[in-house]
Amino acid sequence: MLKNKSIVSIDDVSESDISEIFSVSDRMLNALEAGKKLEMLNGKIMATLFYEPSTRTRLSFESSMHRLGGSVISVSDVKSSSVAKGETLADTIRMAESYSDVIVIRHPLEGAARLASKFSTKPVINAGDGSGQHPTQTLLDLYTMRKYFGKIDGLRIAMVGDLRYGRTVHSLLLALSNFDVEVTLISPQILKMPEHIRERLGKNIKVTSRENLDEKMDEFDVFYVTRIQKERFTDQNEYNSVIGLYSIDADTVGKMKKNAIIMHPLPRVDEIKPEVDYLPNAAYFKQAFYGIPVRMALLSMILGA
Amino acid sequence: METTLKVSKIKDGTVIDHVPAGKALRVVSILKIENNPDVSTTIAMRVQSEKLGKKDVIKVENKYLNRDDLDRISLVAPDATISIVSNYQIKEKFTVKLTKTIVGILKCPNQGCITNVKEPVNSEFSVVSERPLILRCFYCERNMTEKEVLSQL
Repeated sequence: MLKNKSIVSIDDVSESDISEIFSVSDRMLNALEAGKKLEMLNGKIMATLFYEPSTRTRLSFESSMHRLGGSVISVSDVKSSSVAKGETLADTIRMAESYSDVIVIRHPLEGAARLASKFSTKPVINAGDGSGQHPTQTLLDLYTMRKYFGKIDGLRIAMVGDLRYGRTVHSLLLALSNFDVEVTLISPQILKMPEHIRERLGKNIKVTSRENLDEKMDEFDVFYVTRIQKERFTDQNEYNSVIGLYSIDADTVGKMKKNAIIMHPLPRVDEIKPEVDYLPNAAYFKQAFYGIPVRMALLSMILGA
Repeated sequence: METTLKVSKIKDGTVIDHVPAGKALRVVSILKIENNPDVSTTIAMRVQSEKLGKKDVIKVENKYLNRDDLDRISLVAPDATISIVSNYQIKEKFTVKLTKTIVGILKCPNQGCITNVKEPVNSEFSVVSERPLILRCFYCERNMTEKEVLSQL
């Protein structure tokens, strides 16, 4: 049961919660596709506090709340407002909880959403904390795999790119470790999946790692590609040495299984060429769209509608 | 094999027994007693122990331990036995117990953790494993190794 529960880490969501979220997401998707107007969160207010830039996550949370008949309050640039005046996050949260029914927060420091949930009597949803977790992205990633393949168990998944700083892959790998899947981590040495994530994996998951993308590509069902984030590098030469390592174009897709899908949390830069967008394997825009039914499901379950 | 500790009994104070061999000085450091002129400390290192093979023993005169001391000791010496001595008699004897959560004692080694900036919270760790010691930050969920724990005590 997710009623009044905060979702800070993917560990806050049990396996049975995940199946319930998926079935509610299916219902939301049907309602969206039927153009049905929903009013189940009429009178409810969601506060968004984004201390870091966001396009998809913020828009999809706000859109989801509006789609359910609720309303949204937000600070356009929270970093230059309360933080600039020296207010602690704890105080900002105490204020925000009295103005809203649910708080969605993105923050550059790890553990920020957990701290927020400690100071709020209203549920808090983590929309990304530093290089920590991004649980709602993980849920929509899992939902996307399930929509394409009908199940998650048995899938062979390649995670490609920046596995060190990308929080989406951290949360996703932790979540996948509860399924019977095989994951291959493909990254340059300097962007390897951190040990603190690998040591938390469950026993079911089989994980291997390598640096080369171009081998046995036809073995994977899912390619989860991430952007190599320029802003994370202090050494420009180091960035130049890894950028463009894993560029996916139509030729690369030709080496994949026919029904393999390419996922990406977006934004992409040049790791997936625009020509791939038109191939049936490109799942990333659909994946971004699934953020709406999944977040609608979460908001409706948390707010008890 | 019969063993006799070559240290005399104390009149009043605390005996910390079953400290892992070689960890006695760390325990003394945790208790911050090395510079206290009112506290006499006797340390026996690497003496025979049926339970541990080799062990350290610390006898601290005129000092009784508080909850915080015990929590810190349990991080270094999870099997330690504490005897409270009054007028040469053992008044109470118990084993330290690693608490499920360690609050306010340690600092999260993750520089990107919210607890390392000015926020009104204590650090908080759960025990993932006792041997080897692995703690997990309640906030950032990063694991902290025994080495990182010991470097702070």
